[in-house]
Amino acid sequence: MRARGSAGVGASAATRRHLRSYPLWFYLIPLAIFTMFLVVPTIASFYFSFTRWDLFTSEWIGLRNYQMFLSEPSLLSSARNTIVFAFVTTTLKVVLGFALALVLTSGIIARGYLRSVIFFPVLVSTIGVGLTFSVLMDPERGIINRALGAIGVDGPGWLTDPSLALLSVAAVDVWRGVGFATVIFIAGIVSIPREYYEAAKIDGATGLQVITQIIIPLAKPATITVIILALTGGLRSFDLIWAMTGGGPGFASDVLASAVYKQYQAGFYGLSTAGSVVLFLLVMVIVLPLNWWLNRGDDDAR
Amino acid sequence: MLAKRTLWGVFAIVMTGIVFVTPFIFIMLTASKPLAESNLLQFSWPSHFQLFQNLQEAIAARDFMMLGAFFNSIMLTVVSVTLLVILGAMVGWIWQRRPGKLSKVVNVIVIAGLTLPPAVVPTIWVLQSMGLFKTMSGLILVEIAFGLPFCIILFRAFISTIPREIDEAAIMDGAGAIRLFFQVIFPMLRSVVVTVIILQTVTIYNDFENPLYFLPGAGNETVQTALFNFKSQFLTQYNLLFASVLIIIIPPLIMFILFNRKIVDGMTAGALKG
Repeated sequence: MRARGSAGVGASAATRRHLRSYPLWFYLIPLAIFTMFLVVPTIASFYFSFTRWDLFTSEWIGLRNYQMFLSEPSLLSSARNTIVFAFVTTTLKVVLGFALALVLTSGIIARGYLRSVIFFPVLVSTIGVGLTFSVLMDPERGIINRALGAIGVDGPGWLTDPSLALLSVAAVDVWRGVGFATVIFIAGIVSIPREYYEAAKIDGATGLQVITQIIIPLAKPATITVIILALTGGLRSFDLIWAMTGGGPGFASDVLASAVYKQYQAGFYGLSTAGSVVLFLLVMVIVLPLNWWLNRGDDDAR
Repeated sequence: MLAKRTLWGVFAIVMTGIVFVTPFIFIMLTASKPLAESNLLQFSWPSHFQLFQNLQEAIAARDFMMLGAFFNSIMLTVVSVTLLVILGAMVGWIWQRRPGKLSKVVNVIVIAGLTLPPAVVPTIWVLQSMGLFKTMSGLILVEIAFGLPFCIILFRAFISTIPREIDEAAIMDGAGAIRLFFQVIFPMLRSVVVTVIILQTVTIYNDFENPLYFLPGAGNETVQTALFNFKSQFLTQYNLLFASVLIIIIPPLIMFILFNRKIVDGMTAGALKG
């Protein structure tokens, strides 16, 4: 910037040459793909959610699709289930992921093995995981209830009991995703400078004090990342629920994403799109303010 | 102290073994059993070990549907990942090297792309109007649109560690933008390119929802949609169902064994920078 003031012409020629080396048309193809397959459908979704629609012709019906969402119990409960599922899985991933990261950074033996075992499910096909656990959770023959039976506990119908099905799927989602949360927390914890621990040791801090006074505040960026990722993933969750319960029994474990698919299959494209819009707004209303709130004051700190 | 640590370690190994390893052993055991025995869903050693026969039968089922599905999945993954690498690197480079108002706009777009859920049926409508619905090309374009933000972030972060002097030296030598990027910059991105390839390969290979919506129809199955179809097909043939699960888990398992560190580091870096 200083150069421009002292040697105007030369600098602007250099800047021009400079910009020519970083041409904006490099953005062109990605921007076109992004616009075509994300921006246009999102904008179109707001319009089509107010119509009765079969992909070719659409008829404006005002708020009818949204009224349907509020009055039809199965659709309304899918919105509630989406929120429950996202919050339960996020809470568990944060708590368990943090605890596992503490254990894995504590100088325990077989660290590499433990981290690999916890992380591997992240890479496994969600459908494969879903099919496997729906067999493990079989009420009579599944090994979970057999194991419980062996110690005298009468295991419940994990996926067949309407009050349990959603939570059972949530538990499997945590099983699959906690490894990712753990490695993010590990990255956050190992980036804390050693001096903090040494100072704490000199001051005679207890292990619990080290965790609450040093690790939790200094690993905050990792915590924020885990919360935001788990929440956005949880709100959009579809594959695992579809593979394990198909939204059932009845509509007990239906979430917005599965309701959107069901309405699409049934040919109610306008109603299905209204579901997408509700999900879109839900993510906006929950994740964006939360992200802002979690990151508040960060700019001053830096 | 040492004894206490070892004790803790053994406890942790046993616990993670029960929680995280048992399901995989169950898959292996069931995939190795004869039909009637597998349908008992027990956690037991097969009385007769017939893993290879079951794998063969699972592959041959429904007129070798699994092979077609693997072909589709490989096609989808290879083409999408190749384009994601090239396009992601191009955007990441310009984004990092040209700060200013526009780069703030790119930032907003990338964050929106990472966070907001896509509108499915309107995407089908767009694909339909372009004649790309139920086509591999259509699904590839969708995968690129959804995968780009994460790739761009990884590339930008890596490119910020490459000194500008290298660009300037090439510009002085008279290199144009295309030569500068493809001959000077891109070859230096090797390590992040490997990371992006591995992460996106696993993601797209495991994707179920997008093929389900955008590439329906017989003969169009990817391995994930094929596995889902097997769920009803093999309802009374659990040995074949789990043989299929096993076949589909093997590619990511191999990648994990080869690139364990790279995968974990790449995913953490991408997540923390996003």
